[in-house]
Amino acid sequence: MPSYIEMPKLSDTMTEGTVVKWRKAVGDAITLGDVVAEVETDKAVMELEAFGEGALAEIYVQEGQKARIGEKLAMLAAPGEAADPAGERLIHGQAPADSAPADAKSPAAVGSPEPRPDPEPARTGAGPVTGTAAPARIKASPLARKLAAARGLDLAGLTGSGPGGRIIARDIESYSEPAPQAATPSGAAPISVPAISPHDRRVSLSGMRKIIADRLVASKTQIPHFYLHLEADVAELTRLRAQANTAMEKAGGGRLSINDFVLRAAVLAATRVPRANASFAGDAIIEHAEVHLAVAVAIEEGLVTPVIRQAQNKTLRQISEAVKDLAARARAKRLKPDEYQGGTLTVTNLGAYGVESFSAIINPPQAIILSIGAITKRPVVNRAGEIVAGERMSIGLSADHRVVDGAIGAEYLAQLREFLENPTLLLL
Amino acid sequence: MPKEPTKPYDLIVIGGGPAGYVGAIRAAQLGKKVACVEKERAGGTCLNWGCIPTKALLRNAELFSFMKHQAGEFGFSFDNLSYDWGRIVRRSREVADKNASGIEFLFKKHGIAYIRGEAAVERAGVVSVKAGDQAETLEGWNILVCTGVVSRPMPGLPFNGTTIIGSREAMVLEQQPESMIIVGAGAIGIEFAYFFNAFGTKVTVVEMQSHLLPLEDAEVSQNLERAFRKQGIRFLTDTKVVRAETEDGGVRIAAHNHKHELLEAKVCLIAIGVQPLLPGGAPLKLTERGYIETDDRYQTSIPGIYAAGDIIGPPWLAHVASYQAIQAVEGMFTDHQPRRITNFPSCTYCNPQVASVGLTEQLARERGLKYRVGKFPFTASGKARAVGEVDGFVKLLFGEPHGELIGAHIIGPEATEMIAELGLAITLEATYEEIEATIHAHPTLSEAVHEATGQAFGEAIHI
Repeated sequence: MPSYIEMPKLSDTMTEGTVVKWRKAVGDAITLGDVVAEVETDKAVMELEAFGEGALAEIYVQEGQKARIGEKLAMLAAPGEAADPAGERLIHGQAPADSAPADAKSPAAVGSPEPRPDPEPARTGAGPVTGTAAPARIKASPLARKLAAARGLDLAGLTGSGPGGRIIARDIESYSEPAPQAATPSGAAPISVPAISPHDRRVSLSGMRKIIADRLVASKTQIPHFYLHLEADVAELTRLRAQANTAMEKAGGGRLSINDFVLRAAVLAATRVPRANASFAGDAIIEHAEVHLAVAVAIEEGLVTPVIRQAQNKTLRQISEAVKDLAARARAKRLKPDEYQGGTLTVTNLGAYGVESFSAIINPPQAIILSIGAITKRPVVNRAGEIVAGERMSIGLSADHRVVDGAIGAEYLAQLREFLENPTLLLL
Repeated sequence: MPKEPTKPYDLIVIGGGPAGYVGAIRAAQLGKKVACVEKERAGGTCLNWGCIPTKALLRNAELFSFMKHQAGEFGFSFDNLSYDWGRIVRRSREVADKNASGIEFLFKKHGIAYIRGEAAVERAGVVSVKAGDQAETLEGWNILVCTGVVSRPMPGLPFNGTTIIGSREAMVLEQQPESMIIVGAGAIGIEFAYFFNAFGTKVTVVEMQSHLLPLEDAEVSQNLERAFRKQGIRFLTDTKVVRAETEDGGVRIAAHNHKHELLEAKVCLIAIGVQPLLPGGAPLKLTERGYIETDDRYQTSIPGIYAAGDIIGPPWLAHVASYQAIQAVEGMFTDHQPRRITNFPSCTYCNPQVASVGLTEQLARERGLKYRVGKFPFTASGKARAVGEVDGFVKLLFGEPHGELIGAHIIGPEATEMIAELGLAITLEATYEEIEATIHAHPTLSEAVHEATGQAFGEAIHI
């Protein structure tokens, strides 16, 4: 009979723990009291001691993954164990030579496709499976499989909302980015966990923070980012905006912000450089026919990027109104899913905080994100070669190199600058 | 010193029907202390006055019409074929009674306090129960209201228990009426129409909408109309009751479609729908139609008070009610996120039977969906021929371009049994390929499902 290492209850309030590090590898002999792993509870990182003996035959919960109390983390095979041929092969050299014919096989046979006991059945009933390292069968409905195939999505990266975590059509339909890898790739060491003193405050991740964390890690680690910066002369833009706002105030309309102009310019530039308004789809690049502009909005819990749909058909005024509405509802958490999904490019603006220049992380599956800085007054050399006081805005572009090459990114920025420096074009 | 309030129950369920008794048992299975208050008999409308006793009656109708109309074809002959009306009704009552006592046994087995009486929700956590002149107060952490519905009276034609009746009276009529007008051609109206007609009552069905079973696929309704015409059931669709009066030993109804018509019958069965049976006590927020409003967790406007079953509105089906109650209870006591029903079958047990799940073709068209239709008639089914029931068909709707099943409609023999496969297919988001890849035993009626699937994609063998 194999025995199992289970997630112990290491503190009163603990309901689940994260395996931070495995100190033992598959095949290692374990004796009573050996520290086999490090486990993070809600309070601290603690050492996990073995309560059984044997050889570590299989690890179910990989480093970085969570497991509920009582959930099996790994299997120990007793020496001489015949119940689990896979285990025996894995612990080659330890099993008595007379136990099973499989022993004759060399260690290279580890990956042989012979049937072996599936660890899954033993784990059912141990609560929701939070992470499983075994290459488990992906539960997905036939329709979901077809929809995923049609979109070139990998089911392995998706979480299912159907019964028992089954991936159903809705999960594919509501999915809007290329599948991020679900777990830390095996072998990659997780970033070390901070030491926690009693005075520190531990803030559990909200659903939104968790999604931000997952998506941005996926973006930054999987998308080859490159960054371009340029400065635009926005003296004319600020003048025009002041003029427009005076006129609009008289007419009783809302005021236009600098950002409204930037958004409109970003959309128009995208229509001129459609190759930047694109997404990476695994085996293809999708150039989007329409510009769905995502705008980063900071809210209390984190940030959301509501989407102005078909922004290419919207006037400056309509964009301005759309952003005001979306931002207000984003802060009130009243956005519908289709209002923050399906963007084709994103604009994030930290100008209001005085940030002059920065580079943003791409919002997958989009290919570019614009990072807009504050307008600053600074000496510039004009066309006549004189040093004058100018108004400049720094614009950053982060691009997915799989989709957009440097030249296209540069062309897009140049178009954007063209619009910002000739802002009357934005009023058309 | 103020007394710490004790809450002896984890859950108090009001109503012992398919929502209430199922919810109570589920909670007990989860180790909770449960009370179920029922004012009449465990099992509710379904077991006592709905699904079950009517199925018993319909079995009589089926057998009798077989003997009357098909016996010769099968080589049987009878002299003086007759029936005992009183025995027919009694059998139906016995079936209902057995089932109800089965529920009472289950309550005992699960340690559920079964309390007879009329309940009112005083406030969150407190239910008062009156039984005769006895009154008691129950306290519990959660309350689940499953009080259900009753037949809705026809405006201007109130129930009188003898000539103007609801379904409840219709199933225990002491005498078989000579003639009957049935207002409403939904499942209830249609089942009674089939039943009474089978025994020779002169039946006229009046329906406001343009088809019998107006919620079913139009082709199914048309097939049923043909079958009813053959059976001699008269029906008036697109017809409104404009005036009605009762007189000694009968009812007179003025109906209007293109012209006025005066209908007369000994009894008029009103089957136009149901109305909520709200519990007394604390005012719960209601929907526009007067049902109890609930949120995603089946919680009412008062925290701690939940509701499930017919009382929270359509589709008023026993199997939906049970599902809702289980969802509500699991939501209360486990970390399960309750689900709302999206996919449920509808069945009508006339002959030919009608069963459906998912979208009708008219709905699919209204929603602008792209779909493909596969249809297979029972005339082409060997099994249907063998059993002598070839009226009807299987009609399946598949979404385009992926071929997922979006609707299934069966009219014909055992339709209500066959629909389960298609409900499973929709729940699992199966496409035509999975149905095609599933071998359907030969000879069975279910082969028609396989063939209809093939027909949708040009691969049917037998048509």
